[in-house]
Amino acid sequence: MVEFSLPANSRVQTGKSHKAAAGAKNVKTFKIYRYDPDSGSNPRLDSYEIDLDKCGPMVLDALLKIKNEIDSTLTFRRSCREGICGSCAMNIDGSNTLACLKPIEDIKGDAKIYPLPHMPVVKDLVPDLTIPYAQLASVKPWMQTQTPPPPDGERLQSPEEREKLDGMWECILCFCCQTSCPSYWWNGDRYLGPAVLLQAARWIHDSRDEMTGERLDALEDPFKLYRCHTIMNCTKTCPKGLNPAKAIGSIKTKLLQRGV
Amino acid sequence: MTLRSPIGRARGLGSAKSGMGHHWSTIVTAVGLIPLSLWFVVSIARLAGADHAAFSAWIGQGSNAALMILTIGLVCYHASLGLSMVIEDYVSCKAKKFAGLLATRLIAALLAVGMTVSILKIAVGG
Repeated sequence: MVEFSLPANSRVQTGKSHKAAAGAKNVKTFKIYRYDPDSGSNPRLDSYEIDLDKCGPMVLDALLKIKNEIDSTLTFRRSCREGICGSCAMNIDGSNTLACLKPIEDIKGDAKIYPLPHMPVVKDLVPDLTIPYAQLASVKPWMQTQTPPPPDGERLQSPEEREKLDGMWECILCFCCQTSCPSYWWNGDRYLGPAVLLQAARWIHDSRDEMTGERLDALEDPFKLYRCHTIMNCTKTCPKGLNPAKAIGSIKTKLLQRGV
Repeated sequence: MTLRSPIGRARGLGSAKSGMGHHWSTIVTAVGLIPLSLWFVVSIARLAGADHAAFSAWIGQGSNAALMILTIGLVCYHASLGLSMVIEDYVSCKAKKFAGLLATRLIAALLAVGMTVSILKIAVGG
């Protein structure tokens, strides 16, 4: 059955508290999930008081400040710091988003930061995304054709055909949507999830791809596709403003067009 | 614990090549139930306070009996589709899931047949 409460060894306990330096005037508390599987102890929520007058505007700036100046053991992924790489996806203030795109001033009260939900935790804010990556590979997210490419140029598509990919090609695979989906929480071993289905839709709708039927065949499954119940958490949480639920709906429509 | 590769786990048993029929049936029954539900609610409201004889006379009319049987059929089918989805979502134990899916279909069929026979009995036999 579905588990609605955490197992005993996953319950989050109160952790260490790090006070701001004396004289700090614009102080905000960041409560951050800490977990080290090798330690054998339960996860904890550490508190860090940050002087916002000496910190950049985004949550990622605060995390970097903590790592550089207060606690170098804090572990998280980050790279581009401008919403392109998707590395710093985490649960901030109750929603999955990118730490580099989340302004600190948008958070009322203490800033609570957890890893992406319902995934195994490698350490602190780093989730294990092995299965979502494998699920992505399973939908073959690349162009498949039988026609050889033109010898003197690229495969062409009209501006109208290219337009159909808007809202899908922009996905940065941060998996904020994937890990916000309750259907993915309960059936993540079989349901492909919104991020992967968005990528599947991106290739189903690509006019240059010649394996549309095979792609639809592979998705027509009560679990791989039809676990989507249009809950819309994916669309609500996408830090890039994309609409995975609409993309999934478009796959269902394609299947209906084929079968009805 | 499993040592199976991540891509092997992700691909699993492959596609069942089904699901579209369930999805389409859910849509068709849902759309069909919109006018039927309105008809049912309005009809029952108009019969508010009526006695047993008035109800029997109402359901004795051929059109009302036909619409009532159609409503019951669609409600039971739609409910069994929805309940199946809930069971598939939340019950991970295979034995419990199989038993739940079987029970849902059998109970829905039993209810639909039982209520249809009752309506026909009133409509035809009085």
